[in-house]
Amino acid sequence: MPNIISRRDLDFLLYEMLDAESLTQKPLYAEHSREVFDQIMETAEKLGENVFQPIAALTDREEPVFNNGRTILPEETKEALDAYVEAGFPAMSFPEDLGGLQLPYLISQGVGATMGAANGNVSGYMMLTGAAARLIIAHGSDEQIARFATPMIEGRWFGTMCLSEPQAGSSLADIRTKAERREDGTYKITGNKMWISGGEHDLSENIVHMVLAKVPGGPAGVKGISLYIVPKFIPDADGNPGERNDVVLAGLNHKMGNRATVNTVLNFGDKGGATGWLVGEEGMGLAAMFHMMNEARIAVGLGAASTAYTGYLHALAYAKDRKQGRALDDKNPENPMVPIIEHADVKRMLLQQKAYAEGAVALCLTGARMIDDEKTAEDEAEKAHLNLLLELLTPVMKSWPSEFGPRANDQAIQVHGGYGYTRDYPVERLYRDNRLNPIHEGTKGIQGLDLLGRKVVMKEGAAMKALDAEIRKTLDEASGLEAVAAHADTLKAYWEKLAATTMQMAGQAAKAGPKAYLANATIYLDAFGHVVVAWIWLRQAIVAARAMEAGTGEQNFYRGKLQACRYFFAYELPSVTPMLELLATLDTTCMEMDEAWF
Amino acid sequence: MKVLVPVKRVIDYNVKVRVKPDQSDVDLANVKMSMNPFDEIAVEEAVRLKEAGTAEEVIAVTIGPEKAQDQLRQALAMGADRAILIETTETVEPLSVAKLLAKVCEEESPQLVVMGKQAIDDDCNQTGQMLAALMGWPQGTFASAVTKEGDKLHVTREIDGGLQTVALNLPAVVTTDLRLNEPRYASLPNIMKAKKKPLDKKSPSDYGVEITARLKTLKVTEPPKREAGIKVGSVADLVEKLKNEAGVL
Repeated sequence: MPNIISRRDLDFLLYEMLDAESLTQKPLYAEHSREVFDQIMETAEKLGENVFQPIAALTDREEPVFNNGRTILPEETKEALDAYVEAGFPAMSFPEDLGGLQLPYLISQGVGATMGAANGNVSGYMMLTGAAARLIIAHGSDEQIARFATPMIEGRWFGTMCLSEPQAGSSLADIRTKAERREDGTYKITGNKMWISGGEHDLSENIVHMVLAKVPGGPAGVKGISLYIVPKFIPDADGNPGERNDVVLAGLNHKMGNRATVNTVLNFGDKGGATGWLVGEEGMGLAAMFHMMNEARIAVGLGAASTAYTGYLHALAYAKDRKQGRALDDKNPENPMVPIIEHADVKRMLLQQKAYAEGAVALCLTGARMIDDEKTAEDEAEKAHLNLLLELLTPVMKSWPSEFGPRANDQAIQVHGGYGYTRDYPVERLYRDNRLNPIHEGTKGIQGLDLLGRKVVMKEGAAMKALDAEIRKTLDEASGLEAVAAHADTLKAYWEKLAATTMQMAGQAAKAGPKAYLANATIYLDAFGHVVVAWIWLRQAIVAARAMEAGTGEQNFYRGKLQACRYFFAYELPSVTPMLELLATLDTTCMEMDEAWF
Repeated sequence: MKVLVPVKRVIDYNVKVRVKPDQSDVDLANVKMSMNPFDEIAVEEAVRLKEAGTAEEVIAVTIGPEKAQDQLRQALAMGADRAILIETTETVEPLSVAKLLAKVCEEESPQLVVMGKQAIDDDCNQTGQMLAALMGWPQGTFASAVTKEGDKLHVTREIDGGLQTVALNLPAVVTTDLRLNEPRYASLPNIMKAKKKPLDKKSPSDYGVEITARLKTLKVTEPPKREAGIKVGSVADLVEKLKNEAGVL
């Protein structure tokens, strides 16, 4: 595949590290086989290569245009999405009885990584649609599922998530959109929504908005938030898009990147009120939304990881081709110039990207496998264990790729030199695209608060214990392998230091108060993320070391994995030490800085 | 009408081919393999004939290792009805392939065989023609358009001077060129359905065909590296070099 993503690496992660084939032993996925997975990946690869990637520069250049209440998009966007729908991808991970293909979530994320790397901002519509359908399936009535989720599973209708408002972004408790119960059981929705991706377009027959709103007179804060289905066109008796609902496109947001996913400002009820259907019960809106957001957050992480991946492959190809300078010990100007990949500093930049991109994809696919394991777990203890792991790792899977993915893209530009700074090469676009990811679906700051304020302390540290058990399993596996045993010792030391720092922080929290405890939560998130990714790299290195011992050929591929692991442990992991030292003291420098002193 | 589509498992067109260190062959270890792109076009054409109501059944056949099933499954996912794998790990040359296919034709009695004009690994461009000769059937090679008109098959061929349309009696052999169609993607529901379609496994001996290679490969080497050019000082120098060094004048 032309610099989209390495299929070899995806196969390594899916089959050699995460043993996707074993999922076909579970009754839920018994219909499938490795051959089916391979063919699906094949179709995804072809679609990415022939349809999605070739239009990526165009869909960036031809930004969506607002015209008389409508969004005008390049027609190539619709052509690509039509091909995706025709190939049957929207249904891939839904249950069979709802018309889905019941594929493991892991395989659907393998597809997601491929499409995300090819052109994540076109495939973004489908990610949102899948999330909206999942939300209705999890919390809606059978009638709502048939009426609204089914057309989304079939890819005929698209979906959105309407959470933010102009005055309420991260602060969801402060939303103002109103939902008033009508006599016929529907609700009248009025209000304004901001940052709505895919809010208005002609790409699909209908758009199903999942809207958070408050019933007047209900409890203040998050307990007053309910979830509603508000379609662009109200389905008629036959289920076809009928009367236009009172949802109006008020404007578009003009973004730095990720432009093919149109981002909108929507007004609900400008002409008297939009019709909405309550999902679940009043007041349960945010809880329902968070159920879905966990999967959406992994998908965001994977999008960031795959955007980093394609940038890395572009930089790698460029570095092999571009000739500049000579070896530092070669003083003869008559000698030909060497490809820049021969320079140690360029190798460093490439290794950094490899470590970030491959580490991030591996992290998110590990999470996807956990979701499958949780779904198919046979005993309650195993299910609970996986649930705790996912709770703890979700903020990491969302934010580590979102933080370090753009840094990989930054280095991809650097490898290209001046050319990387121009629009003649894709790396500047990839950087702009990826810069969104630390912002949406819960900003990085929010993820830090979630990790340190909620997940680490939940059930008296039960999630930390669950991760501890997983890491120790990996350490045991590594102990007999010469190539990785030293890394295992290093990881053990860092993990224990992280756990000890967490205890120290928690011990001071009661006295210092929650503000001080959480003041540096984002730094905690970075430190925690680096230790988790070191664990993921060690897991990859173990698989590679065993394959090398077995002499399965492809030594270069496995050597690459071992070298990237070595890079991560030598160049990246040590950055955690000063972070932990700072965190342990609950340093209040930032918190105590007075506004007037800036 | 029954249509037979022979397909071949070949090194993927994106892979940079490497020669084995002992120069005995190209290195296929851990290399991505795919269906020959010309054969994909043949499958697509057969499936379109079926969708148009011209054909009733499409059978894909391949000769190759057990893993060549992957390519048959792809043909099934694209819309073929059933498949035959003639399993062998030997290297089969075009004449052996044509003889095996001729046996399959005798057994299955297709009205039409559609196949790629050549495989992108050895670029032989022989099998379709050999099969037509063995069967005594008409052939339409390098097809860029195929239509059935009454009991004849009109095949537009890409030839050096432009396009030539021939009318063939059936049964016939058609080999496909690049511009015939754009093959579809195997859709996910069809990939799942393909799992349940019949796939027969045979061996060359079932057909009584001897597949021993008649060619001996002496050695395989990479094309010579292109060397850097030189600058000449004057036109006279150039002429001199063309005459005495290059020997073209």
